[in-house]
Amino acid sequence: MTVDHVPATTRVAIDPISRIEGHLRIEVETSGAVVRDAWSTGTMFRGIELILKDRDPRQAWVFAQRVCGVCTHVHALASVRAVENALGITIPPNARIIRNLMSGVQFVHDHVIHFYHLHALDWVDVVSALSASPQAASELCKRTNIGWPNNSPEYFTDVRARLQAFVDSGQLGPFAGGYWGHPAYVLSPQANLLLVAHYLEALEWQRQIIQIHAILGGKNPHPQTFTIGGMAITLAPDAPTGVNTTSLATIGSLLAQIQSFVDQVLVPDVTLLAGYYRDVWTRVGVGTGNLLAYGEFPESDGAVPGLFLPAGRITRMYLGKALPVDQSAIEECVARSWYSYSDAAASKHPSVGETTPVYSGPQAPYDTITTEKYSWLKAPRYDGGVYEVGPLARMAVAYAARVPEARKAIDGFLGRLDLKPSALFSTIGRVAARALETQLIAARLPKWLGELRTNMAAGDLRVADTGKWDPATWPATASGWGPTEAPRGGLGHWVNIAAGKITNYQMVVPSTWNGSPRDGAGQRGPWEQALVDTPLLDPKRPVEVLRTVHSFDPCMACAVHVHRPDGDDSIVVAA
Amino acid sequence: MSRAPHPVDRAAAKQSGEPVGAGMRRSGINRRTLLRWSTYMAGVLALPAMPYGIRIAAAMETQPRLPVLWLSGQGCTGDVESFLRASDPTPSQLVMDKLSLDYAETLMAAAGEAAEARIADTITRYAGQYVVVVEGSIPTAENGMCCCIGGRSFTQILSDAAAGALAVIAVGSCAADGGLAKAAGGVTAAVGVSAALDGTGKKIIRFPGCPINPDNVVAALVQYMTLGAWPETDPTGLPLFAYGARIHANCERLPFLRAGQVVREWGDAGHQAGWCLRYVGCQGPRTNGNCSTVKFNSATSWDVGSGSPCFSCTSDGFWDQLDTAFAWTPPVPAMAGGQ
Repeated sequence: MTVDHVPATTRVAIDPISRIEGHLRIEVETSGAVVRDAWSTGTMFRGIELILKDRDPRQAWVFAQRVCGVCTHVHALASVRAVENALGITIPPNARIIRNLMSGVQFVHDHVIHFYHLHALDWVDVVSALSASPQAASELCKRTNIGWPNNSPEYFTDVRARLQAFVDSGQLGPFAGGYWGHPAYVLSPQANLLLVAHYLEALEWQRQIIQIHAILGGKNPHPQTFTIGGMAITLAPDAPTGVNTTSLATIGSLLAQIQSFVDQVLVPDVTLLAGYYRDVWTRVGVGTGNLLAYGEFPESDGAVPGLFLPAGRITRMYLGKALPVDQSAIEECVARSWYSYSDAAASKHPSVGETTPVYSGPQAPYDTITTEKYSWLKAPRYDGGVYEVGPLARMAVAYAARVPEARKAIDGFLGRLDLKPSALFSTIGRVAARALETQLIAARLPKWLGELRTNMAAGDLRVADTGKWDPATWPATASGWGPTEAPRGGLGHWVNIAAGKITNYQMVVPSTWNGSPRDGAGQRGPWEQALVDTPLLDPKRPVEVLRTVHSFDPCMACAVHVHRPDGDDSIVVAA
Repeated sequence: MSRAPHPVDRAAAKQSGEPVGAGMRRSGINRRTLLRWSTYMAGVLALPAMPYGIRIAAAMETQPRLPVLWLSGQGCTGDVESFLRASDPTPSQLVMDKLSLDYAETLMAAAGEAAEARIADTITRYAGQYVVVVEGSIPTAENGMCCCIGGRSFTQILSDAAAGALAVIAVGSCAADGGLAKAAGGVTAAVGVSAALDGTGKKIIRFPGCPINPDNVVAALVQYMTLGAWPETDPTGLPLFAYGARIHANCERLPFLRAGQVVREWGDAGHQAGWCLRYVGCQGPRTNGNCSTVKFNSATSWDVGSGSPCFSCTSDGFWDQLDTAFAWTPPVPAMAGGQ
């Protein structure tokens, strides 16, 4: 591509963005092989909040959980917390611990799948892996993945042969149409083979370790043992099913499998990859520099429990101090989204949220979306500012709050790559933060299991407080909110209840923050902003754009939702 | 039952497609393991181990991989996730050795135009020989603008892909009957696959459940690949091997009910002892499915096994019938209703 003094601007649409949850379209304007501007469009909505209206709040979690089958569990958790908050219900310690175990396992599982199956192919050239020497891959593995058993030359010979036969079959399945050979891929052939091997290993690993969700929740996706007041699970050492002595041992052994894979495979692999991509990709994808976390993993009971990962905000990339979070400062703007507010207000707090969907985009088939309003996502803002949520936010807040485990992990990683803390604000920074968070949680899970074991041994088998199950015990009206952290970032549900029914139910979810369109002030959403200045060598093969967008781990089914309009529920098409 | 020639045999062999069995051998599966697995598959399908186990094993040794287009509409990706929890064959065997997952937005390397080209390529190259799997409901309001991919409506994408498919498989409750988006209060006029493709005469197999049990879907694909015929279904497309019996009939807690031992509230002595959940909302007695026998996540557990009632998620329209699962007041009477 020739670069003139005034390079021509090209508008490129990438739709679907694959290897995410759901339906996302990105349009970018490029010139001189660099992205100059970007627009993020959520292209699907279901209207779950509308469906929740007039229903029994004890059922809300069943619906809310189905917002997402990838971050399954976290929406159920936010939902029961919101209703428990509204009705003044305190859950027993065992329920808190089981919820932590399920959330922790969800994080680890989700983060590993994200790295290997949703993100790695942006960095790993599968075709290059075919030319790797198994001997070299074996040596690399022994140096990188210390203690991991699958490291012999024979093992890598087998993996390469399996891949070769797959390619030779002419049926390339999910690897077909990838951008193989693109100059942005810089791993050595043996590093590519190593990561392809771990892609396949992780596919098997994730299926096994998620059995913890099956024990504690009945199944995964969509574990089912939640209830208002605690957990609907059998907790007894000698019972034939549920959490008994045998399943406690099984969970313990699966937690050990989790930790060895995370410590010996995931974190070393991410560090290896970050080393190769350090020079460009720790400077690209900076984003807004503002980070927000609600915090998660209560480790004590009571109204203000201690959180393993604290709540807080970072502004303007300043890591010296975490600022407090006040949920009343959150508002959602629809200036550039396919909704309208009846009173023409620019933004609304979720507890008084009111939205009428108004589709004003182009009719399909379309090549580009250039309408003023351009997404089914709204634009959440904190005190009017654009904030990124997710692993980077949680790790940066924990770092600024001087959580010892976070300091050690982050400083260790930065030291190994000779990077400054500001490098965390980048595409690779997000990848690293996700891996380090996985490691912290994997190390914490056995502690929580130990507490559950201790309680059970002491005869404390309480899992739920059913004192307020009966709606006759509820006040005439109640409202509450349930904050949690999803793997992709801070998640909040707000519920209003009157006469035993839901009158308003609203969710502000991680990918709505990160993938938001512009707001009334014209500020780009976090990944729109992060895409600016991303290199783009060949608009037909936009692997660089995928890298930055995927570093946020988009989850679009979560991101798009419709709040309950006060009046007209119908969709108005103004196209 | 004679084995009909499988159209992919010839076409894919021409494409130098290699037999599934070869892939299995590469991944370290010997003949004995293959036989044991084939017998298990026959079991899931409720077919006699003799002769079907051996017949499945023999066919798996020579079958090319079946092209699959996995289309996602108004869904939550819970069914892709569930598919990745398949117990046997395992996820990597499915992806690498058994199926050719030509289009699946969640996993595919290609994006944008390159991704769209994958659908077009399979439709052309394997006309009449590929399977379309649909996850999520299909919104019909507003010309389908509530779900667009690559600038096209999902209604159009599904209709184009289904036209040349040998069958369409609806996975999960949303695809099976419209599911969550179709529940009362929904505004997108969501429908399931049968309604979306009404009048096309297309072979449709429905696997309701939220999410699907992956072992059922895999078993149906294996049956087609090995025996050349889809599992027998009821008139609405529900395979009888999976949805032909009540969950309740094979529930491990049923003996407790017969002994009058029922849970009266969460965490009570009966709950701790694994007693029957009939009076704390369990919908198992009215629900068809094989959850209680096949279970989930490598047969680790299922909802009722862990202590939660069945919500009847395999029943059409279950979202608007959940009141029945929650309308109880603890502690329920010692033997409410009795049996």
